[in-house]
Amino acid sequence: MTLANNILLIVLLPLCSFLLLGIFGRKYLSSFSGMIGTTSLFVSTILSVQTAFQYFFLNVSEHFEKIVAWKMTWLTFSEGVSIDMGILVDPISVMMLVVVTVVSLMVHVYSLGYMKGEERFATYYSFLSLFTFSMLGLVIAVNIFQIYMFWELVGVSSFLLIGYYFEKPSAVAASKKAFIVTRFADLGFLIGILILGFEAKTLDFVALIERLTTYNSPYLISATTASFLGASALTWGLLLVFMGGAGKSAMFPLHIWLPDAMEGPTPVSALIHAATMVVAGVFLVARLFPIFSISCPVALEVVMWTGVISALFAAIIACTQTDIKRVLAYSTMSQIGYMMFALCVSGYGGEAGLGFTASMFHLFTHAFFKALLFLGAGAVIHYIHSNEMKDMGGLRKSMPVTHITFLIACLAIAGIPPFAGFFSKEEILTAAHHANPIVYYIALLTAGITAFYMFRLYYNIFWSKEAKAAHHDDHHHGEGTWSMKIPLLILSVGAILAGFIPFGNFVSSDGHHLHIPFELSAAILPVIIAVGGIGLATLFYKNENERPNKLAASLQGFYNAAYRKFYIDELYLFITKKIIFNLIAQPAAWLDKNIVDGSMNGIASLIEWKANMIKSFQSGKVQDYALYFFIAAFGITALAIYLVN
Amino acid sequence: MSEIPFEHIIFLSTALFFIGAYGFLTRRNMIAMLMALELMLNSVNINFIAFNKYLFPDTIDGLGFTIFIIAIAAAEAAVAIAIIINLFRNTKNIDAEKADHLKH
Amino acid sequence: MSASATAFYLMAAFILTTGILTVTTKKLFRAAIWLLFSLIGIAALYFWMEVEFAAAVQVIVYVGGIVVLIIFSIFLTNQEGVNMPSALTKRSLFAGLAVVSAAAYTCLLLSNHYWMKGSDVVFDPSVNKIGRLLVANTPESFVLPFELVSVLLLAAMVGCIVIAMKAKPETK
Repeated sequence: MTLANNILLIVLLPLCSFLLLGIFGRKYLSSFSGMIGTTSLFVSTILSVQTAFQYFFLNVSEHFEKIVAWKMTWLTFSEGVSIDMGILVDPISVMMLVVVTVVSLMVHVYSLGYMKGEERFATYYSFLSLFTFSMLGLVIAVNIFQIYMFWELVGVSSFLLIGYYFEKPSAVAASKKAFIVTRFADLGFLIGILILGFEAKTLDFVALIERLTTYNSPYLISATTASFLGASALTWGLLLVFMGGAGKSAMFPLHIWLPDAMEGPTPVSALIHAATMVVAGVFLVARLFPIFSISCPVALEVVMWTGVISALFAAIIACTQTDIKRVLAYSTMSQIGYMMFALCVSGYGGEAGLGFTASMFHLFTHAFFKALLFLGAGAVIHYIHSNEMKDMGGLRKSMPVTHITFLIACLAIAGIPPFAGFFSKEEILTAAHHANPIVYYIALLTAGITAFYMFRLYYNIFWSKEAKAAHHDDHHHGEGTWSMKIPLLILSVGAILAGFIPFGNFVSSDGHHLHIPFELSAAILPVIIAVGGIGLATLFYKNENERPNKLAASLQGFYNAAYRKFYIDELYLFITKKIIFNLIAQPAAWLDKNIVDGSMNGIASLIEWKANMIKSFQSGKVQDYALYFFIAAFGITALAIYLVN
Repeated sequence: MSEIPFEHIIFLSTALFFIGAYGFLTRRNMIAMLMALELMLNSVNINFIAFNKYLFPDTIDGLGFTIFIIAIAAAEAAVAIAIIINLFRNTKNIDAEKADHLKH
Repeated sequence: MSASATAFYLMAAFILTTGILTVTTKKLFRAAIWLLFSLIGIAALYFWMEVEFAAAVQVIVYVGGIVVLIIFSIFLTNQEGVNMPSALTKRSLFAGLAVVSAAAYTCLLLSNHYWMKGSDVVFDPSVNKIGRLLVANTPESFVLPFELVSVLLLAAMVGCIVIAMKAKPETK
């Protein structure tokens, strides 16, 4: 079957380039490594676009089937429960294939310019390839354990790339933080997998979903009746799986690693921490969506509120950050929150599945404009050599391409028609409006804040202060090479046009075509709010003035709290350092040192003491031995005589 | 001799034996230790002859043993003195207290 | 108390006194002399017991051989006139304790024992009998041990020479 071969090739090409570059890259292929990685990925991209075309347009049936294109049992635990490796083809996996390969290709091309001259250029490309391979493996997983394995691989490559500048202590700390936080979340994921696997007696996605959604199936009944702490096993399993997703997708309160992850090279942030890896959580929930939606609305509720809170919370923090990459990181978090709750306001099947489609749509468009934003920010950082807003300003003349593409991306994320973000966001808002008014209004508010902070960012970079003349002398290399500009241009095309794709025709919760009517009335309010946000940002930041500082002063407490990211990091630090460390780790350490080690040492020193006592008998002095001999002979004789009598 | 109780001779040899034992245990000079050893051997000889003479007068086996012991004691003394001289030659010292190299 | 008994107790006192002096005197050479007297006392005891052959052997081998050997070795190791290091207090304490208690226990056992006399035959340690005992061609004789002892003496002699011989300078 050509589909399986194609997809296998798509996935394995990056693996080959990872192995090639990882083993031989630094020594032999240093200067070609970028080209090798990019070429292999280019082939992957072509193939995945072709696959998407084949799957979506050459499909004769009424709806899109879930096809298990290829499957290989890797490890069997018991009858029916096994870890399989395989390829599951359905609308969302095909869509993700396209997104991952396209964005990854853009980042590969961009990095040719951005990372030029880095000493560990080949290593960088091998890591990028590893990441791409893992992410592709993740999206095509047939088995929940396969997803878990690739999930961890993705985490590892993220760790490696965040810590790419390992000579910077902050990068090392950030990579460790990202790894530990996501690992902690993945622990929940693993437990969740085990619960679901135990209840459904399978790890295979198709069977799992089928067993846990069929009304009155014995698996579903046992899963919903077994309860722990007031929630059924199914709820617990799904929530724990979601915990893994929340960790990867930086949902509140497991988001703390994402802003720090910006220590990595900017293209990496664009690829991993904006467009692909962080949406893995959304993808996971979407993958298990039928179970969430049909069998366990409670879990869905939790996911929804997590998404809503993350969206609003991150948007507020984003308004106060001054590091441009951090602003984008919080914006990513906010948008992923959008996707999460969009999934959760959705029902399963038919018209009710609008939220699902909207979420996937937003995931799709977001990948383009967020990658574009990051790559644009990367170009700016490349030019300025700083991440801080205060070092920027007035760059619109010196960086025209970056300026225009960045503006397009900002308009897209703000939700201004006809850019991509408008359509997906509008769908999400419509879905939320139908499902839950509170969520709708919060989402609306978030949309306004999003527009505000994106344009704050935009103005601070490209307008505001006039560029200092001295800058031009410093930055003789100009805006950047063409390899950096071309991805920007391609992605901006995506950011403009992606919205016009009739997404419902391709991706829907149950595989059937979903026609999404465009409601003009529903679109007006979000656009007005977005324009309002942009207007406010224009007022505050277009030209340098005192208004932002005044506002910040008048909202001082709140502003500071937001600037300090609502003290979540401090809270974690407090919990880990003060509470866990002092109350659990230290007593445990004390116990280990004094009781466990102490008893061992005690036994050892007792033996040593005794041994020294015995050793002193072995003085090496012949007369001592004679004395012992004499006493012993006398004693034995006396004993023998006593016994005989 | 009948007025002497047989035990008294045995007491004599016993006392001599333990005097020798004490000397062997406490003397630090090896030659002095050897002398104490000779005392112990002699006490054994006294025993043999006394037992032979007073308890089993019909044989002279005890006397024979005494002669053997004396011969062997001579050999033993010669070997011991050879060892002591060799030790002295190597360490300039025949203090048993200091001859504990085997321990290390 | 008969003269014979008196002689015995005198001899016993002499042997024990000189024995004690042998193991306690400070000077090594004096200890050798006290040993000499003690051995002569034992030879006298053999005479008193009418075992003349044993007394003669005692005088010849011990007094004339071993003690002379010991005195030679004292001279060879330059120990004459030197005060010997005194015994360690702890060890002499333990040794004294062990020795005294063992002696007391042994004497107790001996005094409680009933000594049965084998026969009333008169003890006759004539040289003739001794010679028959040692080398006669009879089943009761000690020919084999005798030969073994002679071999032992030879071996000891060779061994002494080998041990005491000056080590040859290393030849390479």
